[in-house]
Amino acid sequence: MGKTAFEKIWDAHRVVSLGDDNDLILIDRILLHERTGGVALKSLEESGRPVNDPNQVFATMDHIVDTRPGRTDHTLMPTGRDFILATRSASRTAGISLFDLTDPRQGIVHVISPELGIILPGATLVCPDSHTCSQGALGGLAWGIGSSEAEHALATSTLRVTKPKTMRITIEGELVPGVTAKDLALYIVSKIGSSGAVGYLVEYAGSAVSNLDVEGRLTLCNMATELGAFSAFIAPDDKIYAYLKGREYAPKGTDWEEALSQWRTIRTDDDAVFDKEVSFAGADIPPMISWGTSPQQSVPISANIPAFEDVSGRDSRDSYDRAMRYMGLNAGDPMASVPIDAAFIGSCTNSRLSDLRRAAAILRGRKVSPHVKAICVPGSTAVKHRAEAEGLDKVFLEAGFEWRESGCSMCFFAGGESFGAEERVVTSTNRNFESRQGPKTRSHLASPETVAMSAIMGHIADPRVVLADEVTS
Amino acid sequence: MKPLKTVTSLGIPLLVDNIDTDIIIPSREMKSVSKSGLSDGLFAGWRYTQVGGRELNPDFILNQDRYQNASILITGDNMGCGSSREHAAWALEEYGIRVIIARSFNPIFRGNCIRNGILPIRLEPEGIASETGMLTVDLTNLSITAESGNIWKFELESEAREMLLEGLDPIDLTLKRAAEIAAFRAADRKNRPWIYNLKAG
Repeated sequence: MGKTAFEKIWDAHRVVSLGDDNDLILIDRILLHERTGGVALKSLEESGRPVNDPNQVFATMDHIVDTRPGRTDHTLMPTGRDFILATRSASRTAGISLFDLTDPRQGIVHVISPELGIILPGATLVCPDSHTCSQGALGGLAWGIGSSEAEHALATSTLRVTKPKTMRITIEGELVPGVTAKDLALYIVSKIGSSGAVGYLVEYAGSAVSNLDVEGRLTLCNMATELGAFSAFIAPDDKIYAYLKGREYAPKGTDWEEALSQWRTIRTDDDAVFDKEVSFAGADIPPMISWGTSPQQSVPISANIPAFEDVSGRDSRDSYDRAMRYMGLNAGDPMASVPIDAAFIGSCTNSRLSDLRRAAAILRGRKVSPHVKAICVPGSTAVKHRAEAEGLDKVFLEAGFEWRESGCSMCFFAGGESFGAEERVVTSTNRNFESRQGPKTRSHLASPETVAMSAIMGHIADPRVVLADEVTS
Repeated sequence: MKPLKTVTSLGIPLLVDNIDTDIIIPSREMKSVSKSGLSDGLFAGWRYTQVGGRELNPDFILNQDRYQNASILITGDNMGCGSSREHAAWALEEYGIRVIIARSFNPIFRGNCIRNGILPIRLEPEGIASETGMLTVDLTNLSITAESGNIWKFELESEAREMLLEGLDPIDLTLKRAAEIAAFRAADRKNRPWIYNLKAG
């Protein structure tokens, strides 16, 4: 019987079996950030254990760091600076690479790792951050861990891991124009649920997936943690190799040639068997938006706000009622009419250059509705600089968006900045949890295009409908 | 890590699905670069009446007299989803929770619990949540016995069980294999030099 690509990577990294399905797995790359990384490094230091291989460890400042122009180490959260200083000092002591506030390589950990060629096909990578699954888009095995596991990986270059089961999600066919990787991710979570992939490594496959560009694949894999998955994976192909070639930490010279020949073997054999197979037709997938407080509570943007009967197969009565009450919505009203207070483009899900370009294409020559607070936070300093070189910053600013320094920012309010109570935000981020973007803030997850068009209209809006209306009127 | 063999307590029925780690401990409550001092912020958005305030919300179950000092939390589906923040486990442990019963767990949260001396038990929660007397969780026998006489069996992988029973530190266990790891890396380095040659440029 053949092997899945995941099993090939897993087997190549198994130092020793620990019994049952528990293996000691070699870890090739460790990424840290100032919120959970600083505490892991500090705790390791206190235990007197050194970092086993500092060359393989990279830290960045993204979670707590301020994103307002002219930022310093200070944050709106009074103690935010402590996390930044602790991470800076612990990184220096441990001898690991740090992409600090003023470093041109600084940015959201899952944006900069591909940009710098830190994640590679066939490599194992861990980070104390649940969205580490994003990086499986490049054909590596990347997963999120807690701080204690990060200490374990730092001290030993390994982790003790129970081997996950495998699930293949296949999406065949062309996506409808205007449907993005984000819509795909929201569609999948609305179909299989927020715990639908607990215990599984998800391999995304099919023509709709391989047709995505590298940044779209990162968006799709990013939200696998919203399915409860161990991680997500897409087999590497020529798009990935072209993307990685020449990046700072990617292999060079003869190493590159040798790596490439190994990477080409990382594919699922035709006769490999997955523990679970799920498939969707690309043509069935519409632009999506979340209505509730869990990503699984998402619907087509053209739909009405669901009644309990519409979602009773998945949501309990209690979670439905709780979400409707929290979100302040009326079942039966059209989604694409709900007035909004704010719009946010950013996060490890949708803050890369292609995301900003697509949003800017909608914003160009238009103005944000006067009552809407609109913010764009590029995912990395490199993305910001490239966007500025193309003049995208001016497009955002002229439309009425704020243009920020890079970081996780108001995807959540780790740095102390947040949206207001009961404010309704259309957001390109990944989690619509209660109070995630601010105390009692109401978040609707959507693509950058939908966020941009909603900001202009002042209510949730389907960019395809608005653009079509403009053509005909 | 405190060893865990048996726990006897009332079960706290908080039968909500998809309790995420932002709910267990909001970002704003993670104020210091430390694993301690977090229990005060546990469930802050539900437990207190005001954001950032400390006036107890009498409707929230942890604030009811009956459940003071209870250490078994019973929740719904997908417990601990969302952010990987281990602060959620640290806050629960410091508050005094030793056992969490749920229909399913987020895998990162579940791992964080085990590493901090909290036993995660996968079980259909409705039956056990309706027990009004004390529950005794026995990790040696993998069983829960209610005062009523009802008994539930549960499963746990052997390594997690051993770590919780003995209060073991997994880093110590792995460091005993340091020579094996070094040999594996040396062989791997010949096969995949680019994984190790990380000088930038």
